[in-house]
Amino acid sequence: MKNMKTAAEVMLDVLYESGVRHVFGIPGGNCIPIYDALTHHSLDLVLTRHEQGATHMADGYARSSGRIGVVCVTSGPGATNTLTGILTAMMDSVPMLVITGQSSTPNIGLDAFQEADVMGMSFPAVKHSYMVTDAQDIARIIREALHIATTGRPGPVLVDIPKDISAAVIDPSIETDYNLPGFKEVPAADSADMETAAMMINRSQRPVILAGHGVILSGASEELRAVAEKMEIPVITTLLGKGGFPDTHKLSLGMPGMHGTAYANKALPASDLIICIGGRWDDRITGNPDKFCVHSKKIHFDIDPVEIGKIIPVDCSVIGDAKASLIALLPLLEKGDTARWVKQVTRWRREFPLKYRKEGRLRAQHIIEELSEMAGTEAVSCADVGQHQMWSAQFSKCTRGENWITTGGAGTMGFGLPAAIGAQLARPDDLVYTVVGDGCFQMTLCELATAAVRKLPIKILVVNNNYLGMVRQWQHLFYEDRLTGVDLEGNPDFVKLAAAYGIKGFRVKRSSDVRKTLKAALEWNEGPCLIEAVVEPHDNVFPMIPAGATLDEMIIEAPRRKKSVPAEGEEKSA
Amino acid sequence: MSDDAADEKKHTISLLMSNKPGVLTRIALVFARRRFNIDSLVVSPGQTEEFSRMTIEARGNDKTLSLMLAQLNRLVDVIHAVDHVNDDVIQRELALFKISCMPEKRTEILQIADTFRGQTVDIGDETITLQITGKSVKVDAFRKMVSPFGIMEIVRTGKVLMSRGAEATA
Repeated sequence: MKNMKTAAEVMLDVLYESGVRHVFGIPGGNCIPIYDALTHHSLDLVLTRHEQGATHMADGYARSSGRIGVVCVTSGPGATNTLTGILTAMMDSVPMLVITGQSSTPNIGLDAFQEADVMGMSFPAVKHSYMVTDAQDIARIIREALHIATTGRPGPVLVDIPKDISAAVIDPSIETDYNLPGFKEVPAADSADMETAAMMINRSQRPVILAGHGVILSGASEELRAVAEKMEIPVITTLLGKGGFPDTHKLSLGMPGMHGTAYANKALPASDLIICIGGRWDDRITGNPDKFCVHSKKIHFDIDPVEIGKIIPVDCSVIGDAKASLIALLPLLEKGDTARWVKQVTRWRREFPLKYRKEGRLRAQHIIEELSEMAGTEAVSCADVGQHQMWSAQFSKCTRGENWITTGGAGTMGFGLPAAIGAQLARPDDLVYTVVGDGCFQMTLCELATAAVRKLPIKILVVNNNYLGMVRQWQHLFYEDRLTGVDLEGNPDFVKLAAAYGIKGFRVKRSSDVRKTLKAALEWNEGPCLIEAVVEPHDNVFPMIPAGATLDEMIIEAPRRKKSVPAEGEEKSA
Repeated sequence: MSDDAADEKKHTISLLMSNKPGVLTRIALVFARRRFNIDSLVVSPGQTEEFSRMTIEARGNDKTLSLMLAQLNRLVDVIHAVDHVNDDVIQRELALFKISCMPEKRTEILQIADTFRGQTVDIGDETITLQITGKSVKVDAFRKMVSPFGIMEIVRTGKVLMSRGAEATA
């Protein structure tokens, strides 16, 4: 019986063979057999301080490297704490494997200590989930889970393992085969659909490409660039598509939608054809879907049939992997005349640039733009959610999809710091920085310990306006400035807080100190460092399209008059 | 959505799925999330024990339904899900009617049952229980005919369907 192993050991072996090197998590009673197996395994356990942090680390790890992120936590509250991170990964199609401990099989369903029906809770938030009921199935299930999470449209998969199962001793040489009769592999794109798409693109005089996360997930950046350049089509990248087409390219129009660039939001409704590639027409882009670009024809390339026609009816759809589809599309394209259109779009870009006031108090935009410039386009840039995120999307320059990591669909506060930790572990040789708000940061700041213990040289820029800024902005603009629940009175001294974790801290309050402070922070190489930027507290993100409005209702600049309500916001009093 | 009620239609969806715990919940959640009420649901073992077959009747508009079908097909445990709203397929349902029935009304009720090819499955001093099989509209028609006598209980199995001829049922 020399070759017998516990199911936990077999599971770790399968993970390692599949290329997994890091596991993020924090243990508890019902996953001790797995942690016990980790003591003598080549897999590197990254001990986090909270299970939510573990999931976001796995998420940042996956987004920055294209490799699946793996989480291992205990049952009950340990497992429920992962749900936020699972939802975040699901909304943004990130490959993740979450292994949860579970009460021993005889105790399941009997309200045992730290028992929860995590499988049941996971259903609406996962791509798939398993409970292992026979230890001998462990290898098959882990292989299937990895396959499902990373194949087609990626997503999180949860595997719930009762304690008696993970501890059970099995013969690893007996392995059952994949059993996934209902898992649909991605078909090659239909050639008739492809020809229709090509014909529509060839005929279009004012086309625009709307590139989403799918471009990055399928590694189709080069192919996208080839199509855009051959046909001279301006490219708009969604929040999650940022970097899928270089921000620095002359055909790039940046981000569309609620806080998108004015030129992207002008180009969309003025176009005669919108070619959406790997995007899902999010409501932050379309506003009122009934009124979204009604005069533009639409083509949708997507790997997931569910997305076709979900929000916006389209004239042509091509189902398939973005990279394969673009490769097939390119030879069918014949250069038309888009010169006038490109000229028009370029003029908008010149007329309505993104801007902010550089005088007066330090602006978040200023330090974010400087940091992006000084860090360079090779750096990995992470952001949390809110005002600082929109400014990061607007003002940081990105040329590679894996270098821009933020929470899109779920908009999960607390994502930024752990995501940066995951990214740094996946890419130890690259510069990683994260921009977080003072509100977001405090939701997962316990992970400072994780970063400090590992001496990860991440740069944490805390944009401190002492507010939940985005909510304050909405209350200011649309609720007659009735502020409630947004004043973060009682914020700690962030530099001292960093010091308490043994982390170097910097504080910057004046615009004139930005470069000097950032230079010092970028040169700091003994583990993580934190830069607290004390910024103008009442700044708002512009351009802005009120929720549910249409693109032409965009407010390009801050109304001069205070306390504007939505209806007045449009008249631009100045 | 205001126009929902206007183009609401009754849909019959057949599914072939893995026979595992939790699959029913995953499927039901797709309906619940879009606030589709399930009118009837029949689950039975498939030809081999790995699979189950399910027939669901639900009401809703075409656009939401086609989205839900795609979502059902996306589930890893669902082999396929097909809507039969416009298909010519064999449809059957079985219903038991417990009707209040004094001896003097028996003949009349039995005559109606006979017209519908119903079977008497139980008879007592004051009640009669009849079994009706056929398309759902036939069951509905029978219900209408016997309701003046006083229906005490109805239990319906929900609709099952099978494709005609050599074609395999989706």
